[in-house]
Amino acid sequence: MNRFEKELKEGNFVCGECPNCKNIVWPPSEYCSACLGGVIWRGASRSGTLIEYSRKNGEWFGMAEFEGKIRILGTIMSDNEPRVGQKLRLEKCGYDEGERFLFNVVGN
Amino acid sequence: MRRVGIVSAGQTKFTKDDSSIESLLVSSVKPLFDESKDLSQKDIDVVLTSTNSNQKYLANIVSELSGISPRIAHSVESLCNSGTNCIVSAFSYIASGLADVALVVGAEKTDSPGLVLDWDVSRGQYKHPIYWSSLFTSSHMRKYGTTLEDLAYVSAKNHVNGRANPFSYFDRSYSFEDVMASKKLTDNVRLLDCSMPCNGSASILLASEDVANKFKEKPVWITGIGQKSISAGFTKNSDLSSMQSTSIAASDAFSMARCSPREIDVAEVHDAFSICEIMALEDLGLAERGRGAKIVRDLYETGSRKVNPRGGLIGTGHPLGATGIAQTIEAYRQICGESGKRQIDGARTALVHNMSAAATSSTVMVLRS
Ligand SMILES: [Zn+2]
Repeated sequence: MNRFEKELKEGNFVCGECPNCKNIVWPPSEYCSACLGGVIWRGASRSGTLIEYSRKNGEWFGMAEFEGKIRILGTIMSDNEPRVGQKLRLEKCGYDEGERFLFNVVGN
Repeated sequence: MRRVGIVSAGQTKFTKDDSSIESLLVSSVKPLFDESKDLSQKDIDVVLTSTNSNQKYLANIVSELSGISPRIAHSVESLCNSGTNCIVSAFSYIASGLADVALVVGAEKTDSPGLVLDWDVSRGQYKHPIYWSSLFTSSHMRKYGTTLEDLAYVSAKNHVNGRANPFSYFDRSYSFEDVMASKKLTDNVRLLDCSMPCNGSASILLASEDVANKFKEKPVWITGIGQKSISAGFTKNSDLSSMQSTSIAASDAFSMARCSPREIDVAEVHDAFSICEIMALEDLGLAERGRGAKIVRDLYETGSRKVNPRGGLIGTGHPLGATGIAQTIEAYRQICGESGKRQIDGARTALVHNMSAAATSSTVMVLRS
């Protein structure tokens, strides 16, 4: 299990950043995908932007982007239809038979 | 580089019967030998297997069970485009001069471990392929006005075509209305918009230009190959309304074959979901951007079999490791004029498009008489 998964199990959202080339390494890995050097793990921003969405059984889900690089799929907590480009917040993340991410809509 | 031709093929009906992967693999080798009277086990110097099965040493097992003692034997795995990757590997052994005759055998079981890419943490709890397909669909709908009806025409057309394919899993037809009324898995993906995992096996024989005529009077030549892997994780697709790996692979394949999309008489495209066929037509250059749905509707209304005459993945079933090989066999048969009720008159140039994991990688081949 890598650091990302370990932290996720504690409800933390982290990413690896390369001290050499400042590359945010995504998907998570111990090695920088640009220079293959080691990464330094740090908390990742929870403020994101909605890239695309759809709905299953009345529940919205979509792809959000964080720090201009990290893209993940999660559940969007909203009664109204979201819109592409909307600001989201990663409200909760964790691990329950797989990774789970929960987004809240910020403002409108 | 030596020319490489397709000289024989074998298939068995897609099913959900209980069967081992070893037995499935060997099942399509028999019909291949049956149709090549001049082929003996001694002629084959490469045996490659294409599957996502967790079973080991399968190329050697298939060789032994088929009485072949090849010089090179190994498996190729690349999720849904394992089949064409396997053909490309065999092509390379022959083109380089390392081998003369290669047998490529693909098979998969319904419960394949290749159906979901667990590694992709970026998909969160939405790991099943219906979710990337749904996001592709949302994006294409927003950008080009694609509708649920447009998607239903893909599935209805491929089910119609699949009815003329004796190897299809399905023994009944599904109409446009059936697709529209089928169970909603998400707001824009219905059950009949999806290809279905099943058991299946398909084998193909490749030979160098030096020996090809021994096995087939008019071999079908693989004249263009393009492959591109942009990532493994779905979220690296920068634009969800197109498939970048497919565009790049197509451009490389056309350039190698020195031909253009206009010259394609018949195309086997990877319709894992309805939206994939519409996007593939645009990415392959067989339709202008945003016109893929219109082309599909025209094909459906005119009864043209030009795209996915075999029935595609949706109309025949999707046994991952066998799919790319079954697609290539259809292209081969069409050019040989051996497609029976599915035959497209005068087909001389064919295209095969096979992809994996939300189009993170694609293979495109051009075949010619
Ligand atoms: Zn680096």
